[in-house]
Amino acid sequence: MPWDEGLVNSLVYDAPSPAEGRVLAYPKAINEALDIALGRDERVFVLGQGVDDPSAMFGTTRGLKEKYGGERVFDTPVAEESMMGVSTGAAMNGMRPVYMHNRPDFILLAFNQLVNHAAKYHYMDDGKTTVPMVVWAAIGRGWGSGAQHSQAIQGLLLGVPGLKIVMPSTPHDAKGLLLSAIADNNPVLVFEHRWLMKKDGVVPEAHYTVPLGKGIYRRRGTHLTIAGASHAIELAQQAANRVASEGIDCEVIDLRTIKPLDQAIIEESLSKTGRLLVVDTSWMMGGVCAEIGCLAAEKWFHLLKAPVRRVGLPDVPSPAGYALEQFYYPDAARIGKLIREMCR
Amino acid sequence: MVRHSYEGKGFGRPGSYEPAFCVELFRRMLRIRLIEEEIERRYPQDQMKTPIHLVIGQEATAVGCCAALRVSDLAYSSHRTHGVYLAKGGDLRAMLSEMHCRANGCAGSRGGSMHLIDFGVGMAGTSALVAGSVPIATGAALAAKMQRADRVIAVFFGEAATEEGVVSECLNFAALKRLPIVFFCENNFYSVQSPLAGRQPASRELDHWAESHAMPAMRIDGMNVLEVYEAAKQAVARAKEGGGPTFIEARVYRFRAHGGAGDDSKTGYRDVAEREAWEKACPVEGFYGLLEKEKILDRPSRQAMRAEIMRETLEAFEHALSSADPTEEDLHRHVYAVG
Repeated sequence: MPWDEGLVNSLVYDAPSPAEGRVLAYPKAINEALDIALGRDERVFVLGQGVDDPSAMFGTTRGLKEKYGGERVFDTPVAEESMMGVSTGAAMNGMRPVYMHNRPDFILLAFNQLVNHAAKYHYMDDGKTTVPMVVWAAIGRGWGSGAQHSQAIQGLLLGVPGLKIVMPSTPHDAKGLLLSAIADNNPVLVFEHRWLMKKDGVVPEAHYTVPLGKGIYRRRGTHLTIAGASHAIELAQQAANRVASEGIDCEVIDLRTIKPLDQAIIEESLSKTGRLLVVDTSWMMGGVCAEIGCLAAEKWFHLLKAPVRRVGLPDVPSPAGYALEQFYYPDAARIGKLIREMCR
Repeated sequence: MVRHSYEGKGFGRPGSYEPAFCVELFRRMLRIRLIEEEIERRYPQDQMKTPIHLVIGQEATAVGCCAALRVSDLAYSSHRTHGVYLAKGGDLRAMLSEMHCRANGCAGSRGGSMHLIDFGVGMAGTSALVAGSVPIATGAALAAKMQRADRVIAVFFGEAATEEGVVSECLNFAALKRLPIVFFCENNFYSVQSPLAGRQPASRELDHWAESHAMPAMRIDGMNVLEVYEAAKQAVARAKEGGGPTFIEARVYRFRAHGGAGDDSKTGYRDVAEREAWEKACPVEGFYGLLEKEKILDRPSRQAMRAEIMRETLEAFEHALSSADPTEEDLHRHVYAVG
């Protein structure tokens, strides 16, 4: 798909300075995390449709089968429900699977095993079994992938007790959060975003972890708090940079994991700014935006100077066509407009 | 209308099996039967606030298959857990505490009767979703293979599970990876109150269907504990030797309703005469008849056995009834694993 590559290649990100450390492309950072995890812990294995094919899951699994063998890095039958259950059963019996998907849409085939089983065994067994597994997928956007290849499903899973949900936004975090997820003793979903795959960043070579449940300030400011994760927070930073020249000083919080959610950092920021804008890569209804908005109404109402606003997707399936996509997906300009309205 | 008749050959000679082994198989089946009958008798008292799925009539499958497993081998079950749990050696007190929703239940009152587990004896997991534990067990077999562990997995499920796509997926994967697993299908012809005729074409042969996934398959008489044991022993041996999975279809009949106490045949979904005909092939009484005829077991010995089982059962009920309920703090425990 030249159109696909052309679109992603056209994205412009701030280039990191090599003076700050080694610069690595986003997929390579994930590849390095998997390599380290496979090397450190013989219980770890990587499976998924096409993890050993020439495109190597956006390059994230390149070379791993050659290095660790086909028993630990393997292609799967096209059978999502059983493979999710197989991963769960292996995890319950001493292994640490990393089950990779090209798109979150395919995880919907496996909700029975993910939601009814993996998320609940530890609880149902009164803590006797653990399910240390990672389910990884990259959210698509654009190039006509449409309603069944572009979905961001984190909102559907946010309300499921027993799951953790990770959404990195930088190569540094992609590596460190994935290593945390693999080391975690619970089922952890890692949702990457296809549009971040062209981003470079400073990534230490050694093993390190970024803790689950801890957000980070990407920008400090006093007028308005923006909270979100993944590609949505990338857009929010671009918008915050635009409005800065107009004297609007945004604080940008990258949540990094949406479950567990770092409520303390949002409260800390909100107590300073009094204004909250929540951004997400998925539908606004019933998802990350809705949950954080509700928390603000329930716990932080006394801090608010203006109504909470949200930027996400409308209650509409992803369209396939290019023109419709422009109306569907938020961009930095739209977020900037909302920021100005909120600070007026 | 009688749709499904018993087609087994009944009991032949006990053959080369040691008398003591035969007596033990009988004792295990009788124990399950008596425990189930006591649960059923007490169920209307509402002390057990959990759904129950009695295995009365299906004792031979759990006992015969689990007799071919070692303690270190793992068993996984569907929602109809009682038989497999007890046959694998699960703790009776912990089971009854679980069914009475007590804190010291085998799953701390988070599981109920559909989630009986006892890891110490390899009763490793269940699912209340039809076919739900099949991929979990397949994953356990993958782990055993990757760990080079001398461990075989047996997973029990009903014939309705073969209507779920995931079982076909699992047979394919287990054959592909030559996993050490026994797929044990108990065909009792009914899913809740839906007869097989409305769910599968009459010419669908489950053993042939399983074979098409590149594994050996057998159809056996699930009312005959020796036939079940023999089939399971072969399948377990194949798994241990690296020969991969085996599929066993055991034809059985549940003498009670899908759930709850008593039989519900009178509601009309199956013929009372059909159940009565199958009761003549009762796995417990049929096997006793053989042992008595062969002078391996007599009536007084059976009475003594029964008395001992009842003493244990009543004591376990007392234990459950006198145990403490969980507290509010228990509710929030173990949603997430630490670390």
